[in-house]
Order: sequence, then C-alpha cells, then structure tokens
Amino acid sequence: MLTIRNLRSYYGRMQALKGVSLHVEEGEIVALIGANGAGKTTLLNSIVGLVPSLTGQILFLNADITHQSPREIIRMGVSLVPEGRQLFAPLTVMENLTLGAYQRYRRKEKSKIKSDLDTIFERFPVLKERRSQVAGTLSGGEQQMLAIGRALMSGPKFLLLDEPSMGLAPLIAAHIFQIISQLHQQGTTILLVEQNAAAAFKVSNRTYVIETGRVVLQGASEELLHNQEVKRAYLGREYKEVWE
Amino acid sequence: MGRKNILSLLILAGVILALPLGLGNSYYLNVLVFVGIYSLITIGLSLLMGYTGQISLGHAAFFGLGAYTSGVLSTKFGVSPWLALLAGIFVTGGIAFLIAAPALKLKGHYLAMATLAFGYIVFIVFNQASSLTGGPSGFGQIPRFRLGNFLLRSDVHYYYLVWTLVIVVLLVSLNIIHSRVGRALRSIHEGELTANIMGVNTAKYKIQVFVLSAVYASLAGSLYAHFITFLNPTPFGFHFSIVLVAMVAVGGMASVWGAMIGAALLTILPEYLRAFQDYDILIYGSILLLIMMFLPQGLFAGILRLIKKER
Repeated sequence: MLTIRNLRSYYGRMQALKGVSLHVEEGEIVALIGANGAGKTTLLNSIVGLVPSLTGQILFLNADITHQSPREIIRMGVSLVPEGRQLFAPLTVMENLTLGAYQRYRRKEKSKIKSDLDTIFERFPVLKERRSQVAGTLSGGEQQMLAIGRALMSGPKFLLLDEPSMGLAPLIAAHIFQIISQLHQQGTTILLVEQNAAAAFKVSNRTYVIETGRVVLQGASEELLHNQEVKRAYLGREYKEVWE
Repeated sequence: MGRKNILSLLILAGVILALPLGLGNSYYLNVLVFVGIYSLITIGLSLLMGYTGQISLGHAAFFGLGAYTSGVLSTKFGVSPWLALLAGIFVTGGIAFLIAAPALKLKGHYLAMATLAFGYIVFIVFNQASSLTGGPSGFGQIPRFRLGNFLLRSDVHYYYLVWTLVIVVLLVSLNIIHSRVGRALRSIHEGELTANIMGVNTAKYKIQVFVLSAVYASLAGSLYAHFITFLNPTPFGFHFSIVLVAMVAVGGMASVWGAMIGAALLTILPEYLRAFQDYDILIYGSILLLIMMFLPQGLFAGILRLIKKER
C-alpha cells in the first residue's frame, strides 16, 4: 500500500531523515519506534506532504505522492492523527468531526458522511454525548478519541497515528491501543508511531526502529520485543554495557 | 445560517426601518450613516481577523482606495457613481489580491508590519499624486448617487442605501461563516498545519478572505466618497486603520455582530463625549480600557453572557 524509497527530508539545512526506506502492506499495522528526535514525526509529516523539501520516493497505491500537496494526498485516502492531537480547541466536537470530512463535502457525499459519523459515534459513545461541547474542554483520552474520529471522517484507506498514547494515563492509553487494534481488525491499514515500544510491539504486525534519521532495525514485532538492539537504539551506544 | 442569525437579521432590518421615524434630527442620521459605512469595513475585518486569525493594519488604505477610485472616476472622468463604485471594488480587490499572496505568507506581527507598510504607501500616493487626488488639500464636488432620475440628496436617503448594503453584506458573510468555508477559515485560525492535513487549502482561503474584506472596505469607501462629496487623505491614514482594529476588538473579534457593535460604539461615543470638551479623549480611552480589561472577548460576547446569566 505504501512504499518509501530512500527518503531524505530537510528542515532548511538540517537533515532530519537520512535515507529511510520502508513499506506497509494492505491490512497491516506497522509500528515505527525510536527515541526523541529520531525522525518519526518528520517521516509521517513527509508522507502527508507537510515537509516541503525532500528527496526520494513515496508511493501510495502505486502512485507517486512524493511532491503532492497535503489535500491531494488526503483525497487519495491517507489520514494523519497528528502528534499532540492538534484539535481545533474552541470549536465543538461536532465541528471538529465535520472538518475531518472537509474534503468530502465538495464531492457531495453527504449521506456517506452521515453514516460515517454514526459509526464514529458508535465507536466513541462519549463523543456523541459531548457533541456540542468545545473540544478544548475534553479530557486527554477523549481528545485523543476525537483526534482519531476526526481523522476517520475523511474515510481513509490508510491511517497514520503519531504517538496516540502521549500524555495519557496507562489505563486510558491501553483503551486507545484497544481501539487501534479494533480499527485494524475492521480493515484499516495503520502506520503507528510510538514512544511506548512495548505497547507498540504488542499491537503491531511488524516494527521499524528508527534512530537519528535512519532505520536501524526491522522485523516482526514479536521478535523485536526481546531484542537488545532496540534498547540500545533507545538508550544510546554508551549505555549498551550498562543495560546488558 | 441558523435560526438565531435570521431572527437577528430581521430584528436589525426592523430597527433600521423604524429608526428614522423616531429620529427627526438629521444629525443623528448622519452619525448612523457613518456607523453603517464603518460596519461594512469591520464585518470584513472580523472575517479576516476574528475568524481566520490574520491581522491587518492596512484596511484604511482599502477604504481609501475605494473612495478615491470612486471619487476620481466620477468627478474627473464623468463616470456614473454606481459604475465608479464597481470600478473601485475591482481596483481595490485587484490590489488586495496582488499584495495578499506575498503578505499572507507572513504571520502575526510580521503580517501586521507588512499591511501597515502597505497602508503608508497608499497614504503617500494619495498625498503625492496631486494631479488626480488634489494632494493634501483634496478635491470636492463628487457627484451623489442616483436611482434612475431620483437623486439621493438627504441623510435619510443615504441612511437607507448604506444600511441596505450592510444587510446584504451581513447576509453574505453569515452564509460564508456557517458553511464548509467558514469552518475552514476557523481551522486556519486554530492551526494552519492541522488545517492543511484536513485538506483545507489554507493559502487560497487566506487570500480569498483578505480580498473579500478589502472589497467590503472599498464598498464602504465609495459610499463615503459619494456621501461626503469631498475627499482628502486624512481619514485614510494609519490612525484610522488602528481605529478599525479597535472597533473589531471592542465589539468582539469572532462575531460579525460584535464587529457592528464595535463600529457603532466607537462612532457614537466620541459624539457624546464632546460635551466633556478637553477631557473627551481621556474618557474615551478609559472606556475602551475598561471594556478590554473586563470583557476581553468583546462587548458582544459580554452581553451574551449577561443574558445567559439572567436566564
């Protein structure tokens, strides 16, 4: 579904990604883990067209989307749940969700949008309860659900999740991971960026470990769970002995 | 558009129709014409600043461009005032479009600076292009509007003309606000990057709303020119741009109704404060200060909250 070849992204002169290659098959849930500053968010932002200067190739459903604008990429069926949720805080839950379907209103898909909204309310009953409440007043967990709901409103084939468990209490984070698993079981292909490696391994089929702009490890998530290299990628080379 | 807004519009239309009956004095009507003209500008500014979150300190220039295009064309070239008004809209809209593309790449203070500089340039042109504009001393004998053979002479005529246009502009603006586009504008205000990943074409909408607000200001300018029948650069300077922003802030940024309340208050208040002679500016300043301290969301939001509490 998604193939990335030798992707290099730049912020001005700073190079954030130094030749990343990865692929995600249809129906898979792939995790991307790594320490702070490894380039995980940059990778996701590059996929949806938010990073203007990049080289390499990003293929989605066999079409080259490397230098497309975000709205073209979203129209093709990619949707991002951004880091830190980035809700429209003074707008209501309902307005946030309708903005998620922004692209589809032009295409006159009103009845389809309505049924998608009902599905989302079924999945997140709390959002239905608070539909006319301002998004900024929701709790962290509810905000994350709204962010996911908003992303689903564009009717995506491929969902990108950027640290959905960030800043959430363990119990609520577990609930969010449960939702991610459910979405996967219902056929959504997912690329999941996480700091919480253990949880990411559990929920995903395959994992890529990224370190300072490069993929340093990849494989089936179960195998990586006990791999010492992962710990090194997180803690740095000098700490290898200490850890072992 | 919402039942509340339709109801408010109807009430407004009723009040507008009835007011001249109660106000025999043409002095008050004259003030109300100005309230209407300034409302046209602040409604546009509220779309730009309150909804889309883009600051402009140059809207007096768009007001002036509309006024001067209209005034010069009708006085020196014999164009009918209505055509001159349309020409003003195209000229001002065109200029706004040209400066919007580079200026709106800037954010916050930088955008404010760019629009401020633009305002100064236009102000200097009004002063220096004296063969057309008459320079600092201006020019007069601008023709008034005609409806068929009927010449709009009195303040009452202009009162109805201006406020009819205010209602039209309100209708258009409320329709935009309560549509997909309105939501997109507010998403730009809250976070341009996130708006982008919703698929909103942020660059396009920012330019469009900037041009629209300039067109409203130009319309107001033409009405002003053909009402006062005399133009000089002073009313279109930097000071007036600030007053416009103050009107929107005092009334309440994120509401076109607030923008109108602000325009009304800041136009009517100085008239009443004249009784205090030398102290008027002190009192005026204090009132604005108090409003911003205790009602930072603006008068409109403050009044709404009071009404809710009463219930």
